[in-house]
Amino acid sequence: MTGTYQNFARYEALCRNLRIELIDLLHQKGTGHPGGSLSCCEILTVLYFLKANISPQNLKDPARDKIVLSKGHAAPMLYLLLAEKGFFPKEELKTLRQIDSRLQGHPCAEKLPGVEISSGPLGLAYSAALGLTLGDRLQGNNGSYVYAILGDGELNEGIIWETAMSASKFQADHLITIVDYNHVQLDGTTQQIMPMPELLQKWRAFGYHVICCDGHQLEQLCEAIDGAKQHRGQPTVILADTVKGKGVSFMEGQNIWHGKPIGEEEYQKAIAELRGDKDGTSNS
Amino acid sequence: MEPAIRDVYGAELVRLGKEYPELVVLDADVSSSTKSCLFQSEFPDRFFNVGISEANMTSMAAGLAKAGMVPFVNTFAAFITTIGLLPARSLIAYMNCKVRLAGAYGGLSDSYDGATHHSADDIAIMRAVPNMTILVASDAVQVKEIMRQSMEIDGPVYFRLSREAMPPLSRQEPVKIGKGSVLREGIDITIFSCGVMCSQALQAAERLSAEGIEARVVDLFTIKPIDAETVEASVKQTGAVVTAEEHSVIGGLGAAVLDVMAERDCYAPLVKVGIQDCFTESGAYPALLKKYQVDAGAVIKAAREAVKRKGKPIV
Repeated sequence: MTGTYQNFARYEALCRNLRIELIDLLHQKGTGHPGGSLSCCEILTVLYFLKANISPQNLKDPARDKIVLSKGHAAPMLYLLLAEKGFFPKEELKTLRQIDSRLQGHPCAEKLPGVEISSGPLGLAYSAALGLTLGDRLQGNNGSYVYAILGDGELNEGIIWETAMSASKFQADHLITIVDYNHVQLDGTTQQIMPMPELLQKWRAFGYHVICCDGHQLEQLCEAIDGAKQHRGQPTVILADTVKGKGVSFMEGQNIWHGKPIGEEEYQKAIAELRGDKDGTSNS
Repeated sequence: MEPAIRDVYGAELVRLGKEYPELVVLDADVSSSTKSCLFQSEFPDRFFNVGISEANMTSMAAGLAKAGMVPFVNTFAAFITTIGLLPARSLIAYMNCKVRLAGAYGGLSDSYDGATHHSADDIAIMRAVPNMTILVASDAVQVKEIMRQSMEIDGPVYFRLSREAMPPLSRQEPVKIGKGSVLREGIDITIFSCGVMCSQALQAAERLSAEGIEARVVDLFTIKPIDAETVEASVKQTGAVVTAEEHSVIGGLGAAVLDVMAERDCYAPLVKVGIQDCFTESGAYPALLKKYQVDAGAVIKAAREAVKRKGKPIV
Protein backbone atom coordinates (compact mmCIF):
# COMPACT_ATOMS: atom_id res chain seq x y z
CA MET A 1 0.00 0.00 0.00
CA THR A 2 2.82 2.36 0.84
CA GLY A 3 3.94 2.08 -2.77
CA THR A 4 0.80 3.83 -3.95
CA TYR A 5 1.72 6.94 -2.04
CA GLN A 6 5.52 6.87 -1.95
CA ASN A 7 6.00 9.92 0.11
CA PHE A 8 3.76 9.94 3.15
CA ALA A 9 6.73 11.10 5.25
CA ARG A 10 6.71 14.35 3.33
CA TYR A 11 3.08 14.99 4.18
CA GLU A 12 3.51 13.86 7.76
CA ALA A 13 6.19 16.52 8.02
CA LEU A 14 3.84 18.99 6.40
CA CYS A 15 1.21 18.19 9.03
CA ARG A 16 3.72 18.84 11.80
CA ASN A 17 4.59 22.19 10.25
CA LEU A 18 0.94 23.08 9.80
CA ARG A 19 0.35 22.42 13.48
CA ILE A 20 3.26 24.65 14.46
CA GLU A 21 2.05 27.40 12.15
CA LEU A 22 -1.47 27.04 13.54
CA ILE A 23 -0.33 27.44 17.14
CA ASP A 24 1.87 30.37 16.08
CA LEU A 25 -0.97 32.08 14.31
CA LEU A 26 -3.63 31.55 16.96
CA HIS A 27 -1.24 32.62 19.71
CA GLN A 28 -0.30 35.73 17.77
CA LYS A 29 -3.91 36.69 17.11
CA GLY A 30 -5.30 35.65 20.49
CA THR A 31 -8.44 34.33 18.78
CA GLY A 32 -9.55 31.30 16.74
CA HIS A 33 -10.27 27.62 17.37
CA PRO A 34 -7.25 25.39 18.06
CA GLY A 35 -8.89 22.08 19.12
CA GLY A 36 -10.95 21.28 16.06
CA SER A 37 -8.30 22.72 13.73
CA LEU A 38 -5.67 20.34 15.07
CA SER A 39 -7.96 17.32 14.77
CA CYS A 40 -8.68 17.78 11.06
CA CYS A 41 -5.10 18.51 9.98
CA GLU A 42 -4.48 15.13 8.30
CA ILE A 43 -7.96 15.03 6.76
CA LEU A 44 -7.45 18.38 5.04
CA THR A 45 -3.86 17.57 4.08
CA VAL A 46 -4.88 14.32 2.41
CA LEU A 47 -7.65 16.08 0.51
CA TYR A 48 -5.68 19.09 -0.68
CA PHE A 49 -2.38 17.31 -1.39
CA LEU A 50 -3.20 13.72 -2.23
CA LYS A 51 -6.78 13.12 -3.19
CA ALA A 52 -8.86 16.06 -4.37
CA ASN A 53 -8.42 17.50 -7.84
CA ILE A 54 -8.35 21.10 -6.75
CA SER A 55 -5.75 23.81 -7.08
CA PRO A 56 -5.53 27.54 -7.79
CA GLN A 57 -5.01 26.58 -11.45
CA ASN A 58 -8.31 24.73 -11.88
CA LEU A 59 -10.44 26.91 -9.63
CA LYS A 60 -12.57 28.05 -12.58
CA ASP A 61 -12.99 24.53 -13.96
CA PRO A 62 -16.48 23.34 -13.02
CA ALA A 63 -15.28 19.75 -13.24
CA ARG A 64 -12.80 20.21 -10.37
CA ASP A 65 -13.37 18.46 -7.05
CA LYS A 66 -14.81 20.62 -4.29
CA ILE A 67 -13.90 20.62 -0.61
CA VAL A 68 -16.48 21.97 1.82
CA LEU A 69 -15.42 22.54 5.42
CA SER A 70 -18.82 22.31 7.06
CA LYS A 71 -17.24 22.59 10.52
CA GLY A 72 -16.32 26.16 9.65
CA HIS A 73 -14.69 26.94 13.02
CA ALA A 74 -11.69 24.93 11.84
CA ALA A 75 -11.08 27.78 9.38
CA PRO A 76 -7.51 28.44 10.60
CA MET A 77 -6.39 24.97 9.49
CA LEU A 78 -8.25 25.39 6.20
CA TYR A 79 -6.50 28.72 5.61
CA LEU A 80 -3.09 27.18 6.33
CA LEU A 81 -3.81 24.48 3.74
CA LEU A 82 -5.14 26.95 1.16
CA ALA A 83 -2.05 29.14 1.61
CA GLU A 84 0.23 26.11 1.39
CA LYS A 85 -1.53 25.14 -1.82
CA GLY A 86 -1.07 28.65 -3.23
CA PHE A 87 -4.64 29.96 -3.18
CA PHE A 88 -3.39 33.14 -1.52
CA PRO A 89 -0.03 34.45 -0.24
CA LYS A 90 1.09 32.97 3.07
CA GLU A 91 1.86 36.51 4.18
CA GLU A 92 -1.89 37.10 4.36
CA LEU A 93 -2.35 34.51 7.12
CA LYS A 94 -1.41 37.11 9.71
CA THR A 95 -4.60 39.04 8.83
CA LEU A 96 -6.71 36.20 10.26
CA ARG A 97 -9.91 37.52 11.89
CA GLN A 98 -8.76 41.13 11.56
CA ILE A 99 -10.51 44.06 9.94
CA ASP A 100 -10.44 44.12 6.10
CA SER A 101 -9.13 40.55 5.95
CA ARG A 102 -10.28 37.90 3.50
CA LEU A 103 -9.66 35.39 6.30
CA GLN A 104 -12.91 35.70 8.19
CA GLY A 105 -13.54 33.97 11.51
CA HIS A 106 -15.50 31.41 9.55
CA PRO A 107 -14.81 30.71 5.85
CA CYS A 108 -16.36 33.21 3.44
CA ALA A 109 -16.68 32.06 -0.16
CA GLU A 110 -17.29 35.56 -1.47
CA LYS A 111 -14.00 36.80 -0.10
CA LEU A 112 -11.49 33.99 -0.30
CA PRO A 113 -10.66 31.91 -3.38
CA GLY A 114 -10.69 28.21 -2.59
CA VAL A 115 -13.60 28.42 -0.16
CA GLU A 116 -16.40 26.70 -2.08
CA ILE A 117 -19.23 27.27 0.39
CA SER A 118 -19.36 29.75 3.27
CA SER A 119 -19.76 27.93 6.55
CA GLY A 120 -20.12 28.68 10.23
CA PRO A 121 -23.67 27.89 11.32
CA LEU A 122 -23.16 24.16 11.76
CA GLY A 123 -24.87 21.75 9.44
CA LEU A 124 -25.82 24.18 6.69
CA ALA A 125 -22.78 23.74 4.49
CA TYR A 126 -23.25 19.98 4.48
CA SER A 127 -26.63 20.39 2.85
CA ALA A 128 -25.11 22.90 0.43
CA ALA A 129 -22.41 20.33 -0.38
CA LEU A 130 -25.19 17.92 -1.36
CA GLY A 131 -26.63 20.65 -3.57
CA LEU A 132 -23.21 21.09 -5.19
CA THR A 133 -23.02 17.36 -5.82
CA LEU A 134 -26.45 17.23 -7.43
CA GLY A 135 -25.65 20.35 -9.47
CA ASP A 136 -22.43 18.75 -10.72
CA ARG A 137 -24.41 15.70 -11.76
CA LEU A 138 -26.91 17.81 -13.71
CA GLN A 139 -24.05 19.73 -15.32
CA GLY A 140 -22.46 16.47 -16.44
CA ASN A 141 -19.37 16.88 -14.24
CA ASN A 142 -19.40 13.18 -13.60
CA GLY A 143 -15.75 12.91 -12.68
CA SER A 144 -15.89 15.43 -9.89
CA TYR A 145 -16.38 14.68 -6.22
CA VAL A 146 -17.56 16.87 -3.38
CA TYR A 147 -15.82 16.29 -0.05
CA ALA A 148 -17.66 17.53 3.04
CA ILE A 149 -15.85 17.64 6.39
CA LEU A 150 -18.13 17.54 9.42
CA GLY A 151 -17.44 17.67 13.13
CA ASP A 152 -18.96 15.04 15.35
CA GLY A 153 -20.51 17.72 17.56
CA GLU A 154 -21.99 19.10 14.35
CA LEU A 155 -23.93 15.86 14.02
CA ASN A 156 -26.21 17.18 16.78
CA GLU A 157 -27.76 19.46 14.15
CA GLY A 158 -31.01 18.12 12.70
CA ILE A 159 -30.14 19.40 9.24
CA ILE A 160 -27.28 16.88 9.07
CA TRP A 161 -29.81 14.08 9.12
CA GLU A 162 -32.21 15.86 6.79
CA THR A 163 -29.30 16.11 4.38
CA ALA A 164 -28.41 12.47 4.93
CA MET A 165 -31.94 11.39 4.01
CA SER A 166 -31.79 13.50 0.87
CA ALA A 167 -28.29 12.34 -0.13
CA SER A 168 -29.49 8.80 0.21
CA LYS A 169 -32.73 9.40 -1.69
CA PHE A 170 -30.89 11.11 -4.56
CA GLN A 171 -28.10 8.48 -4.54
CA ALA A 172 -25.40 11.10 -4.21
CA ASP A 173 -22.45 8.74 -4.56
CA HIS A 174 -20.15 11.61 -5.52
CA LEU A 175 -20.64 13.22 -2.13
CA ILE A 176 -17.91 11.94 0.19
CA THR A 177 -18.53 12.86 3.80
CA ILE A 178 -15.70 12.80 6.32
CA VAL A 179 -16.56 13.08 9.99
CA ASP A 180 -13.73 14.49 12.10
CA TYR A 181 -14.70 12.13 14.90
CA ASN A 182 -12.83 13.76 17.79
CA HIS A 183 -15.34 12.96 20.54
CA VAL A 184 -15.29 16.45 22.06
CA GLN A 185 -17.48 19.49 21.53
CA LEU A 186 -17.46 23.00 22.97
CA ASP A 187 -19.03 22.32 26.36
CA GLY A 188 -17.62 18.87 27.03
CA THR A 189 -17.22 15.43 25.52
CA THR A 190 -19.83 14.38 23.00
CA GLN A 191 -20.78 11.67 25.47
CA GLN A 192 -21.55 14.32 28.11
CA ILE A 193 -23.22 16.89 25.89
CA MET A 194 -25.19 14.85 23.39
CA PRO A 195 -24.45 11.16 23.16
CA MET A 196 -24.50 9.76 19.63
CA PRO A 197 -24.42 6.03 20.27
CA GLU A 198 -24.13 3.57 17.39
CA LEU A 199 -22.93 6.27 15.05
CA LEU A 200 -21.89 3.78 12.40
CA GLN A 201 -25.30 2.14 12.50
CA LYS A 202 -27.00 5.54 12.42
CA TRP A 203 -25.35 6.42 9.13
CA ARG A 204 -26.07 2.97 7.74
CA ALA A 205 -29.70 3.31 8.72
CA PHE A 206 -29.79 6.58 6.80
CA GLY A 207 -28.67 4.73 3.69
CA TYR A 208 -24.94 5.43 3.72
CA HIS A 209 -21.96 3.28 2.94
CA VAL A 210 -19.73 3.65 6.02
CA ILE A 211 -15.94 3.39 6.26
CA CYS A 212 -14.04 3.76 9.53
CA CYS A 213 -10.40 4.78 9.78
CA ASP A 214 -7.80 6.50 11.92
CA GLY A 215 -8.16 10.15 11.00
CA HIS A 216 -4.53 10.93 11.77
CA GLN A 217 -3.09 8.23 9.50
CA LEU A 218 -2.58 9.55 5.99
CA GLU A 219 -2.47 6.15 4.38
CA GLN A 220 -5.68 5.01 6.06
CA LEU A 221 -7.44 8.21 5.01
CA CYS A 222 -6.27 7.70 1.41
CA GLU A 223 -7.53 4.15 1.39
CA ALA A 224 -10.87 5.21 2.85
CA ILE A 225 -11.31 7.84 0.15
CA ASP A 226 -10.40 5.32 -2.55
CA GLY A 227 -13.01 3.00 -1.10
CA ALA A 228 -15.60 5.77 -1.11
CA LYS A 229 -14.91 6.55 -4.77
CA GLN A 230 -15.36 2.93 -5.76
CA HIS A 231 -18.73 2.69 -4.08
CA ARG A 232 -21.70 3.40 -6.33
CA GLY A 233 -25.39 4.05 -5.74
CA GLN A 234 -25.03 5.33 -2.17
CA PRO A 235 -23.25 8.22 -0.50
CA THR A 236 -20.25 7.26 1.62
CA VAL A 237 -19.33 8.58 5.04
CA ILE A 238 -15.85 8.12 6.47
CA LEU A 239 -15.81 8.11 10.26
CA ALA A 240 -12.28 9.34 10.79
CA ASP A 241 -11.35 8.74 14.39
CA THR A 242 -9.36 11.71 15.66
CA VAL A 243 -8.20 13.48 18.80
CA LYS A 244 -9.31 17.03 19.47
CA GLY A 245 -6.23 19.20 19.95
CA LYS A 246 -4.03 16.48 18.41
CA GLY A 247 -0.30 17.07 18.78
CA VAL A 248 -0.37 19.30 21.85
CA SER A 249 -0.57 17.11 24.94
CA PHE A 250 -2.43 19.53 27.18
CA MET A 251 -5.01 20.33 24.48
CA GLU A 252 -5.73 16.74 23.52
CA GLY A 253 -9.27 15.68 24.37
CA GLN A 254 -9.91 18.89 26.30
CA ASN A 255 -13.05 20.79 25.41
CA ILE A 256 -11.70 24.05 26.88
CA TRP A 257 -9.35 24.22 23.89
CA HIS A 258 -12.27 24.38 21.46
CA GLY A 259 -11.87 28.13 21.11
CA LYS A 260 -9.61 29.37 23.90
CA PRO A 261 -6.87 31.93 23.20
CA ILE A 262 -3.36 30.52 23.69
CA GLY A 263 -1.39 32.20 26.49
CA GLU A 264 2.38 32.81 26.42
CA GLU A 265 3.36 29.92 28.65
CA GLU A 266 1.00 27.55 26.86
CA TYR A 267 2.38 28.70 23.55
CA GLN A 268 5.98 27.96 24.54
CA LYS A 269 5.01 24.53 25.80
CA ALA A 270 2.95 23.67 22.71
CA ILE A 271 5.65 24.78 20.29
CA ALA A 272 8.35 22.89 22.20
CA GLU A 273 6.27 19.74 22.00
CA LEU A 274 5.52 20.12 18.31
CA ARG A 275 9.14 21.00 17.44
CA GLY A 276 10.46 18.12 19.51
CA ASP A 277 8.13 15.77 17.71
CA LYS A 278 9.34 17.09 14.41
CA ASP A 279 13.04 16.81 15.26
CA GLY A 280 12.60 13.31 16.52
CA THR A 281 10.82 11.74 13.58
CA SER A 282 11.26 13.72 10.43
CA ASN A 283 14.12 14.16 7.99
CA SER A 284 12.52 17.04 6.18
CA MET B 1 -62.52 34.16 -13.77
CA GLU B 2 -58.97 35.04 -12.84
CA PRO B 3 -56.60 32.12 -12.19
CA ALA B 4 -55.13 31.68 -8.71
CA ILE B 5 -51.66 33.17 -8.35
CA ARG B 6 -50.22 29.76 -7.46
CA ASP B 7 -51.50 28.29 -10.74
CA VAL B 8 -50.01 31.17 -12.69
CA TYR B 9 -46.72 30.66 -10.88
CA GLY B 10 -46.65 26.90 -11.51
CA ALA B 11 -47.39 27.30 -15.21
CA GLU B 12 -44.78 30.02 -15.65
CA LEU B 13 -42.20 27.86 -13.90
CA VAL B 14 -42.73 25.25 -16.61
CA ARG B 15 -42.41 27.84 -19.38
CA LEU B 16 -39.20 29.21 -17.89
CA GLY B 17 -37.92 25.67 -17.41
CA LYS B 18 -38.17 25.12 -21.15
CA GLU B 19 -36.12 28.21 -21.87
CA TYR B 20 -33.57 27.86 -19.11
CA PRO B 21 -32.02 24.40 -18.82
CA GLU B 22 -30.19 25.54 -15.67
CA LEU B 23 -33.47 26.14 -13.85
CA VAL B 24 -34.10 23.56 -11.11
CA VAL B 25 -36.97 23.36 -8.65
CA LEU B 26 -37.06 22.21 -5.04
CA ASP B 27 -40.08 21.60 -2.86
CA ALA B 28 -40.62 20.36 0.69
CA ASP B 29 -43.62 18.09 0.30
CA VAL B 30 -46.09 20.81 -0.65
CA SER B 31 -45.66 20.72 -4.42
CA SER B 32 -49.36 20.23 -5.07
CA SER B 33 -50.03 23.37 -3.02
CA THR B 34 -47.23 25.53 -4.43
CA LYS B 35 -47.90 24.10 -7.91
CA SER B 36 -44.25 23.26 -8.41
CA CYS B 37 -45.67 19.80 -9.20
CA LEU B 38 -46.33 21.12 -12.71
CA PHE B 39 -42.59 21.51 -13.17
CA GLN B 40 -41.99 18.04 -11.77
CA SER B 41 -44.27 16.50 -14.40
CA GLU B 42 -42.38 18.24 -17.17
CA PHE B 43 -38.80 18.02 -15.84
CA PRO B 44 -38.52 15.20 -13.27
CA ASP B 45 -34.71 15.22 -13.42
CA ARG B 46 -34.54 18.88 -12.46
CA PHE B 47 -36.99 18.59 -9.60
CA PHE B 48 -36.06 17.71 -6.01
CA ASN B 49 -38.71 16.92 -3.44
CA VAL B 50 -36.74 16.83 -0.19
CA GLY B 51 -39.62 15.93 2.07
CA ILE B 52 -40.47 18.06 5.05
CA SER B 53 -37.03 19.60 5.51
CA GLU B 54 -37.19 23.28 4.63
CA ALA B 55 -33.78 24.25 6.03
CA ASN B 56 -32.18 21.41 4.11
CA MET B 57 -34.02 22.41 0.93
CA THR B 58 -32.91 26.02 1.18
CA SER B 59 -29.31 25.02 1.92
CA MET B 60 -29.24 22.57 -0.97
CA ALA B 61 -30.35 25.38 -3.25
CA ALA B 62 -27.22 27.33 -2.33
CA GLY B 63 -25.05 24.42 -3.42
CA LEU B 64 -27.00 23.91 -6.63
CA ALA B 65 -26.52 27.60 -7.41
CA LYS B 66 -22.78 27.32 -6.79
CA ALA B 67 -22.78 24.52 -9.37
CA GLY B 68 -24.32 26.89 -11.92
CA MET B 69 -27.99 25.99 -11.60
CA VAL B 70 -30.78 28.49 -10.89
CA PRO B 71 -32.92 26.97 -8.13
CA PHE B 72 -36.51 27.97 -7.39
CA VAL B 73 -37.22 26.97 -3.78
CA ASN B 74 -40.82 26.32 -2.87
CA THR B 75 -42.79 26.15 0.32
CA PHE B 76 -45.19 28.39 2.23
CA ALA B 77 -43.99 31.95 2.83
CA ALA B 78 -44.42 31.39 6.58
CA PHE B 79 -41.85 28.58 6.49
CA ILE B 80 -39.37 29.68 3.87
CA THR B 81 -38.76 32.94 5.74
CA THR B 82 -38.47 31.25 9.15
CA ILE B 83 -37.12 27.69 8.98
CA GLY B 84 -35.47 28.59 5.69
CA LEU B 85 -34.10 31.88 6.98
CA LEU B 86 -30.76 30.68 8.33
CA PRO B 87 -29.62 29.22 5.01
CA ALA B 88 -31.32 32.06 3.11
CA ARG B 89 -29.20 34.49 5.12
CA SER B 90 -25.96 32.68 5.85
CA LEU B 91 -25.57 30.72 2.62
CA ILE B 92 -27.69 32.16 -0.17
CA ALA B 93 -27.50 35.87 0.57
CA TYR B 94 -23.99 35.74 2.09
CA MET B 95 -22.68 34.09 -1.08
CA ASN B 96 -25.02 36.21 -3.25
CA CYS B 97 -26.38 33.07 -4.92
CA LYS B 98 -28.78 33.19 -7.83
CA VAL B 99 -31.60 31.46 -5.93
CA ARG B 100 -35.32 32.26 -6.08
CA LEU B 101 -37.17 31.75 -2.82
CA ALA B 102 -40.83 31.45 -3.68
CA GLY B 103 -43.04 32.08 -0.67
CA ALA B 104 -46.34 30.43 -1.52
CA TYR B 105 -49.56 31.22 0.34
CA GLY B 106 -48.29 34.68 1.29
CA GLY B 107 -50.09 36.99 3.70
CA LEU B 108 -53.38 35.60 5.01
CA SER B 109 -54.16 33.68 1.83
CA ASP B 110 -53.85 30.27 3.50
CA SER B 111 -56.70 31.62 5.50
CA TYR B 112 -58.29 28.58 7.14
CA ASP B 113 -54.96 27.14 8.35
CA GLY B 114 -54.56 29.92 10.89
CA ALA B 115 -51.80 32.14 12.25
CA THR B 116 -49.03 29.54 12.01
CA HIS B 117 -49.56 29.36 8.25
CA HIS B 118 -50.10 33.08 7.64
CA SER B 119 -47.13 35.28 6.81
CA ALA B 120 -47.46 38.75 8.22
CA ASP B 121 -43.74 39.16 8.88
CA ASP B 122 -42.03 37.65 5.84
CA ILE B 123 -41.27 40.98 4.18
CA ALA B 124 -39.88 42.46 7.40
CA ILE B 125 -37.64 39.42 7.86
CA MET B 126 -36.35 39.39 4.31
CA ARG B 127 -35.82 43.17 4.16
CA ALA B 128 -33.14 42.83 6.81
CA VAL B 129 -31.15 40.34 4.73
CA PRO B 130 -28.42 41.97 2.59
CA ASN B 131 -28.39 41.27 -1.19
CA MET B 132 -32.05 40.15 -1.14
CA THR B 133 -34.46 41.44 -3.78
CA ILE B 134 -38.07 41.30 -2.55
CA LEU B 135 -40.97 41.11 -4.99
CA VAL B 136 -44.66 40.89 -4.13
CA ALA B 137 -47.14 39.35 -6.56
CA SER B 138 -50.00 41.71 -7.35
CA ASP B 139 -51.75 40.09 -10.31
CA ALA B 140 -51.37 37.26 -12.81
CA VAL B 141 -49.71 39.27 -15.57
CA GLN B 142 -47.26 40.82 -13.16
CA VAL B 143 -46.30 37.46 -11.58
CA LYS B 144 -45.28 36.05 -14.93
CA GLU B 145 -43.39 39.21 -15.75
CA ILE B 146 -41.42 39.41 -12.49
CA MET B 147 -40.55 35.70 -12.63
CA ARG B 148 -39.19 36.14 -16.13
CA GLN B 149 -37.33 39.35 -15.35
CA SER B 150 -35.86 37.82 -12.20
CA MET B 151 -33.80 35.48 -14.38
CA GLU B 152 -31.60 38.50 -15.11
CA ILE B 153 -30.87 39.16 -11.42
CA ASP B 154 -27.64 37.53 -10.29
CA GLY B 155 -28.33 37.56 -6.54
CA PRO B 156 -31.12 36.08 -4.42
CA VAL B 157 -34.79 36.98 -4.89
CA TYR B 158 -37.73 36.45 -2.56
CA PHE B 159 -41.15 36.23 -4.21
CA ARG B 160 -44.20 36.68 -2.07
CA LEU B 161 -46.97 34.80 -3.83
CA SER B 162 -50.58 34.00 -2.95
CA ARG B 163 -52.86 31.03 -2.83
CA GLU B 164 -55.67 33.13 -4.25
CA ALA B 165 -56.56 34.92 -7.45
CA MET B 166 -55.98 38.66 -7.69
CA PRO B 167 -58.04 41.04 -9.85
CA PRO B 168 -56.15 42.18 -12.96
CA LEU B 169 -54.61 45.64 -12.64
CA SER B 170 -54.28 48.12 -15.45
CA ARG B 171 -50.91 49.78 -15.49
CA GLN B 172 -49.77 52.85 -17.33
CA GLU B 173 -46.42 51.27 -18.13
CA PRO B 174 -45.10 47.72 -18.49
CA VAL B 175 -44.08 45.93 -15.29
CA LYS B 176 -40.43 46.47 -14.49
CA ILE B 177 -38.64 45.13 -11.41
CA GLY B 178 -37.45 48.06 -9.30
CA LYS B 179 -40.04 50.44 -10.68
CA GLY B 180 -43.36 51.24 -9.01
CA SER B 181 -46.43 50.91 -11.26
CA VAL B 182 -48.83 53.82 -11.21
CA LEU B 183 -52.33 52.30 -11.20
CA ARG B 184 -54.35 55.49 -10.83
CA GLU B 185 -53.54 59.19 -10.96
CA GLY B 186 -54.59 61.61 -8.24
CA ILE B 187 -53.39 64.83 -6.64
CA ASP B 188 -54.61 64.74 -3.04
CA ILE B 189 -52.93 61.67 -1.61
CA THR B 190 -50.76 58.71 -2.64
CA ILE B 191 -51.68 55.17 -1.69
CA PHE B 192 -48.63 52.92 -1.93
CA SER B 193 -49.74 49.31 -2.00
CA CYS B 194 -48.60 45.84 -2.92
CA GLY B 195 -50.15 42.44 -3.47
CA VAL B 196 -53.86 42.03 -2.93
CA MET B 197 -53.99 45.52 -1.42
CA CYS B 198 -53.54 47.09 -4.87
CA SER B 199 -57.06 46.20 -5.93
CA GLN B 200 -58.38 47.17 -2.49
CA ALA B 201 -56.60 50.52 -2.82
CA LEU B 202 -58.18 51.11 -6.23
CA GLN B 203 -61.64 50.37 -4.83
CA ALA B 204 -60.91 52.76 -1.99
CA ALA B 205 -59.75 55.43 -4.45
CA GLU B 206 -63.02 55.28 -6.36
CA ARG B 207 -65.01 55.80 -3.17
CA LEU B 208 -62.67 58.56 -2.00
CA SER B 209 -63.15 60.29 -5.34
CA ALA B 210 -66.86 60.57 -4.60
CA GLU B 211 -65.86 62.45 -1.43
CA GLY B 212 -63.64 64.78 -3.44
CA ILE B 213 -60.32 63.11 -2.54
CA GLU B 214 -58.34 62.13 -5.62
CA ALA B 215 -55.87 59.38 -4.75
CA ARG B 216 -52.84 58.34 -6.70
CA VAL B 217 -52.37 54.56 -6.37
CA VAL B 218 -48.91 53.05 -6.86
CA ASP B 219 -48.10 49.34 -6.84
CA LEU B 220 -44.72 49.24 -5.07
CA PHE B 221 -44.28 45.52 -5.68
CA THR B 222 -40.50 45.76 -5.48
CA ILE B 223 -40.10 46.22 -1.75
CA LYS B 224 -36.34 45.97 -2.03
CA PRO B 225 -34.69 47.78 -3.64
CA ILE B 226 -37.51 50.25 -3.22
CA ASP B 227 -38.29 52.73 -6.01
CA ALA B 228 -37.20 55.78 -4.02
CA GLU B 229 -37.66 58.19 -6.95
CA THR B 230 -41.32 57.30 -7.36
CA VAL B 231 -41.89 57.50 -3.61
CA GLU B 232 -40.26 60.91 -3.36
CA ALA B 233 -42.04 62.35 -6.40
CA SER B 234 -45.43 61.02 -5.33
CA VAL B 235 -45.11 62.28 -1.77
CA LYS B 236 -44.06 65.72 -2.97
CA GLN B 237 -46.87 65.89 -5.51
CA THR B 238 -49.69 64.74 -3.25
CA GLY B 239 -48.55 65.72 0.26
CA ALA B 240 -50.23 62.80 2.07
CA VAL B 241 -49.59 59.10 2.13
CA VAL B 242 -51.28 55.80 2.92
CA THR B 243 -49.35 52.54 2.76
CA ALA B 244 -51.43 49.41 2.36
CA GLU B 245 -50.09 45.90 2.77
CA GLU B 246 -51.26 42.44 3.75
CA HIS B 247 -48.48 42.33 6.31
CA SER B 248 -47.61 43.64 9.73
CA VAL B 249 -47.32 47.41 10.01
CA ILE B 250 -43.82 46.68 11.35
CA GLY B 251 -40.98 46.35 8.88
CA GLY B 252 -42.86 45.99 5.61
CA LEU B 253 -43.87 48.28 2.75
CA GLY B 254 -44.94 51.08 5.11
CA ALA B 255 -41.58 51.03 6.84
CA ALA B 256 -39.74 50.98 3.52
CA VAL B 257 -41.69 54.05 2.33
CA LEU B 258 -41.02 55.86 5.62
CA ASP B 259 -37.31 55.13 5.27
CA VAL B 260 -37.28 56.80 1.87
CA MET B 261 -39.23 59.81 3.13
CA ALA B 262 -36.85 60.27 6.04
CA GLU B 263 -33.74 59.84 3.92
CA ARG B 264 -34.96 62.25 1.25
CA ASP B 265 -36.45 64.90 3.55
CA CYS B 266 -39.89 64.62 2.00
CA TYR B 267 -42.26 64.81 4.93
CA ALA B 268 -46.00 64.27 4.75
CA PRO B 269 -48.66 62.76 6.98
CA LEU B 270 -48.60 58.98 6.59
CA VAL B 271 -51.02 56.33 7.81
CA LYS B 272 -50.17 52.66 7.55
CA VAL B 273 -52.78 50.05 6.71
CA GLY B 274 -51.63 46.60 7.75
CA ILE B 275 -51.90 43.96 10.43
CA GLN B 276 -51.54 45.65 13.81
CA ASP B 277 -48.71 43.64 15.38
CA CYS B 278 -50.88 40.71 16.41
CA PHE B 279 -51.36 37.05 15.56
CA THR B 280 -54.18 36.32 13.14
CA GLU B 281 -56.60 33.39 13.11
CA SER B 282 -58.50 30.93 10.91
CA GLY B 283 -61.36 32.03 8.71
CA ALA B 284 -62.51 32.82 5.21
CA TYR B 285 -59.99 35.02 3.38
CA PRO B 286 -62.28 38.05 2.87
CA ALA B 287 -63.43 37.78 6.50
CA LEU B 288 -59.81 37.83 7.68
CA LEU B 289 -58.93 40.83 5.51
CA LYS B 290 -61.90 42.67 6.99
CA LYS B 291 -61.27 41.69 10.61
CA TYR B 292 -57.57 42.54 10.51
CA GLN B 293 -58.33 45.78 8.68
CA VAL B 294 -56.48 45.14 5.49
CA ASP B 295 -59.18 45.99 2.99
CA ALA B 296 -60.65 48.90 1.04
CA GLY B 297 -62.58 50.13 4.08
CA ALA B 298 -59.39 50.44 6.12
CA VAL B 299 -57.66 52.27 3.27
CA ILE B 300 -60.52 54.79 3.04
CA LYS B 301 -60.36 55.51 6.76
CA ALA B 302 -56.59 55.88 6.62
CA ALA B 303 -56.77 58.20 3.60
CA ARG B 304 -59.32 60.47 5.26
CA GLU B 305 -57.11 60.71 8.30
CA ALA B 306 -53.94 61.45 6.31
CA VAL B 307 -55.70 64.13 4.27
CA LYS B 308 -57.06 65.70 7.46
CA ARG B 309 -53.54 65.97 8.84
CA LYS B 310 -52.24 67.64 5.70
CA GLY B 311 -50.68 71.01 6.24
CA LYS B 312 -50.19 70.51 9.97
CA PRO B 313 -46.84 72.01 10.91
CA ILE B 314 -43.94 69.61 11.33
CA VAL B 315 -42.37 70.30 14.68
